[in-house]
Amino acid sequence: MTAPALRIRGLRVERSGLAIIKGVDLDVAPGEVCALMGVSGAGKTTILRVVAALEPFTAGTVVVGDTVLEPGPVAPQSQLASFRTNVEMVFQGHALFEHLTAGDNVTLALEHVLRWDAARVRARARELFELLGVSHRADAYPRQLSGGEAQRVAIARALAPDPILLLMDEPTSALDSARRSAVAAMVRSLAGADRALLISTHDEEFAMACAHRVIRLDGGVIV
Amino acid sequence: MNARLRTRGSLRQLIWLGAVAALGCSGTDTTRESAAQGATTALSTQGELATRPVLKWGGDAEGGAPFVEADPSDLTKMRGFDVELAVMIAEGLGSTPEFVQVAWASIAASVERGDFEIGLSGVEDRPALRERYALSLPYYEFGEVLAVRPADRERFRSLADLAGRRVGTLGSTLAYQMLLDEQKRSGLVPVSYENDVHPYSDLVSGRIDAVLLDDIISERSLRRTGGFVIQPEPVATAHYVVMLARADTARRDSVNAIIRARMADGSLERVFRDWNVWKPTQAEHFARVLGDVPTASVAATGTGMTSLRSYLPALLRAAGITLVLSCLAMALAVGLGVLVAAGRVYGGRITRGLLMAYVEVMRGTPVLLQLFVIYYGLAGVVRLPAFAAAVIGLGLNYAAYEAEIYRGALEAVPRAQLEAGRTLGFSELQILRLIRGPQALRFALAPMTNDFVALLKDSSLVSVITVVELTKQTSIYATNIGSWLVPGILCGVVYLTMSLPLSHFARRLERRWSVA
Repeated sequence: MTAPALRIRGLRVERSGLAIIKGVDLDVAPGEVCALMGVSGAGKTTILRVVAALEPFTAGTVVVGDTVLEPGPVAPQSQLASFRTNVEMVFQGHALFEHLTAGDNVTLALEHVLRWDAARVRARARELFELLGVSHRADAYPRQLSGGEAQRVAIARALAPDPILLLMDEPTSALDSARRSAVAAMVRSLAGADRALLISTHDEEFAMACAHRVIRLDGGVIV
Repeated sequence: MNARLRTRGSLRQLIWLGAVAALGCSGTDTTRESAAQGATTALSTQGELATRPVLKWGGDAEGGAPFVEADPSDLTKMRGFDVELAVMIAEGLGSTPEFVQVAWASIAASVERGDFEIGLSGVEDRPALRERYALSLPYYEFGEVLAVRPADRERFRSLADLAGRRVGTLGSTLAYQMLLDEQKRSGLVPVSYENDVHPYSDLVSGRIDAVLLDDIISERSLRRTGGFVIQPEPVATAHYVVMLARADTARRDSVNAIIRARMADGSLERVFRDWNVWKPTQAEHFARVLGDVPTASVAATGTGMTSLRSYLPALLRAAGITLVLSCLAMALAVGLGVLVAAGRVYGGRITRGLLMAYVEVMRGTPVLLQLFVIYYGLAGVVRLPAFAAAVIGLGLNYAAYEAEIYRGALEAVPRAQLEAGRTLGFSELQILRLIRGPQALRFALAPMTNDFVALLKDSSLVSVITVVELTKQTSIYATNIGSWLVPGILCGVVYLTMSLPLSHFARRLERRWSVA
């Protein structure tokens, strides 16, 4: 059996003495799309943010690749270098860099974090834009993009470093129902031999359409 | 000439405004008996007072004794030789005198717009003023004298000895005009002050090499502070006159008649003796006036800047100073503001607290006070050149405002973008440089432009620490010719020439960025 892309054991998150996540165990295998479902406040986004090392947790362990996240304050960026290329996240609302074109949003980290040469950066961006069908929008600024286009650019940006785990927070929140099934197919295609997806959503239909496995969360525990 | 502190909103000025508001300025206030005697004649009985017309006279009580000062025992009463002369004139005109406080440099403009009938507060007799106003006979002759450090007594006896040296005086005065004339001849460097205390303290501390001012003021400073000597031979002689509106020639003639009568009957001499400003030369001056011998004109040409053409180079030079000063101060403010803002956003609790204190202190106290402290207050520790003190003072003050703008702008960049930057592996410094900073700059652009335009105008405050910038130069010119109309318009046009392109540039940049 291959090692999971993500392994969570006994995860507990408290804020101001209040438990938000009360002991979660979860494995996501490479190539698997796993949907975290639950109502607002169930703790879906908190789990994603903990796995993305954006928030501290109180107890348990989170393992991605060869990196183990420990309870306590989030480690400084300098100690998370390989983790940061292994785990990427597509935020609810996209969080594109408003002052950069779609193309520059995708290439910025390749140039300044991974320090790829210009030709390799260009090739990767072209490949991703073609994959996601937004090649014609590479020169547009985020505010000139439609919701669907912005989401694709945000996905391209997250995929650019070729992570082994892609987190997506409520990917359908800004889409009409006609587009959801298309997005579900696209999302499913993003998982490959070496990449797992963990998606938080409250959209049952979407979860069923795109995920290999659906985990239900209620009151901070898996039900 | 009267000493003055044209500091905006200075505490003293506020006290004056309150203190002199309803002042019937009787010379009876003086503590000395003879002066009281002279003044009592002006008051007569209460009944008579009620029916007599009021003669409003304007003067600057900040000038202090012996010209016009508030009576220390009753701040609502004025005293001084100009006060007693005003009482004599009012008495001669059958009126009750009423004092109106006015800044010395504004006496001419105020008398012309009718704030009071006569201006009388060490007003200097100048050809340019005679062309525009009705001036009385010269009632007092004074000498423009040089004050130097004791060691320089033999070295600096005249203005010609001071070639290449810094010589201080009050801006907008005859003495300042003389220094400007001398500057063209020998390269002497005039230094303009806003009050008559700092020239002498700067002389003693070595910031300047001499002070040229009226003998009355020099002698008063010598008594107060000391540490220097006054050259016995005046550089020039000049006169104080009573100023009236141009069309008020009939009253001017009456004032002249009163002055002659008081010179003849000895009462004016008594007043000057009481105030310890009577000199033998004064008797000769009185004799000349009474004998209709023309009084010797001032040695200084006094015409160096009376024409627009001769004023323009000085105005452009001053505009250059304003522009360079503002740019340097803004550069300092931006640099320091970025550091303070970054410290307030990223720093620990102690750093944040200290920087917040800095911002609050700089924003919460007048920039004028800060300039005074940096230039004069710290003189014992570090003696900064005036221009450097001006750049630092304005820069430190504006840095506080800039820091708040940048802090707000940094915090306006959505948090999710910063987190996206973190998940992509950028360091915090890279996030600031590549993601947060560029966006914050766009948010900050409009308020920054506002601030720079404000700084351009606030730079006029540095005249209090002897930097002659655009507004000060204009004020000097206006006082010279006795009118604010042309100088005011010119000055405004120059400010607009500097600020409008800037606003235009900022709007263009904003439009370009609004797409992104």
